[in-house]
Amino acid sequence: MVNKIWFFFIVTGILVAGIRGEIGDMTAALLDSADKGVTVAFGLVSILTFWLGIMKLIEKSGLLSIIVKVMRPIAKFLFPDVPAEHPAMSSILMNMSANMLGMGSAATPLGLKAMEQLQSLNNDKNTASDAMCTFLALNTSSLTLIPTTVIALRVATGSTNPTATVATTIMATFCSTVVAITVDKICRKIYRGR
Amino acid sequence: MSLVSSVSQWAVPMMVLFVVSYSYYKKVDVFDTFVEGAKEGFETAVKLIPFLVAMLVAIGVFKESGAFEIIIGILEPVLSLAGIPGEILPLAFMRPISGSGALAMTTETLQTYGPDSMLGYMASTIQGSTDTTFYILTVYFGSVGIRRVRYSMSVGLIADIAGFLAAVFICSIFLS
Repeated sequence: MVNKIWFFFIVTGILVAGIRGEIGDMTAALLDSADKGVTVAFGLVSILTFWLGIMKLIEKSGLLSIIVKVMRPIAKFLFPDVPAEHPAMSSILMNMSANMLGMGSAATPLGLKAMEQLQSLNNDKNTASDAMCTFLALNTSSLTLIPTTVIALRVATGSTNPTATVATTIMATFCSTVVAITVDKICRKIYRGR
Repeated sequence: MSLVSSVSQWAVPMMVLFVVSYSYYKKVDVFDTFVEGAKEGFETAVKLIPFLVAMLVAIGVFKESGAFEIIIGILEPVLSLAGIPGEILPLAFMRPISGSGALAMTTETLQTYGPDSMLGYMASTIQGSTDTTFYILTVYFGSVGIRRVRYSMSVGLIADIAGFLAAVFICSIFLS
């Protein structure tokens, strides 16, 4: 998919520029954009380093396991089919906690672990179980509380108020998560009825 | 407005204060642990370079050529009726498909219009409140061999649309 979009952008861009007689600007556009990519990536170094340090403290101090405990009742409501003591449940909770803290790269391995454990509870190994669908819905709606990467990006692009969008992000995330859970519950009922 | 912005201002410093104090109280060696985690920072940023360059080049060529304006020109009248700025649309399309692609588009928006402009606020909020549905679906289900994904694709995309609309409207209400 990204393959096609990338191809489409490059080819259409160069052809349209050619047709409009602006092909002369294309070389500069290519090189300027490449330059931007590197500049932004290096702008992210400081903030990423800082946040990954803080994240390590969250993990080591046991704060992560406290968050996991707090969220257990919510998880029971969302995943009625998964036994509370099953290892899948703790992986799901760890994944959700990592997502909330904006730890995207830490969330993925935990999510894959959870999937593997949910698969062990699944009767039909080719078809996604209800719990798997709910788990996916939660992950795709993103539960961000502290959007670390975005804050970093705002700093890197010279924002005077890099954390201005923390509150709006929490509100928007709340909306998308509520929609995801509701639609998931509805779809689950419809599919069961068939 | 003032409540939202003061919550935003306090959130991060308070979180840092809390995490550091709690860790110290729990007898974690705060300095060494911080450094241990921070080591990955540079590596992570460097790993993003190829993705950012690839996407920013494609976006740059597409925009500079005028192709982007043509598409926006077609869609804008419809979207402006609903109060959605056309410039934010490419991000909405990219977000479910590619995480690094969306990050590049957000970067582009922040650089072109400024991180503290309304478009900058919207792009930042969208980036934080939605996720890469197709990628998650492919990787998570692919890793355990699930072929029939049932309704989860639709649920993921509906959640993305909800997140996008919520981000646009919440920003235009609270940050204007």
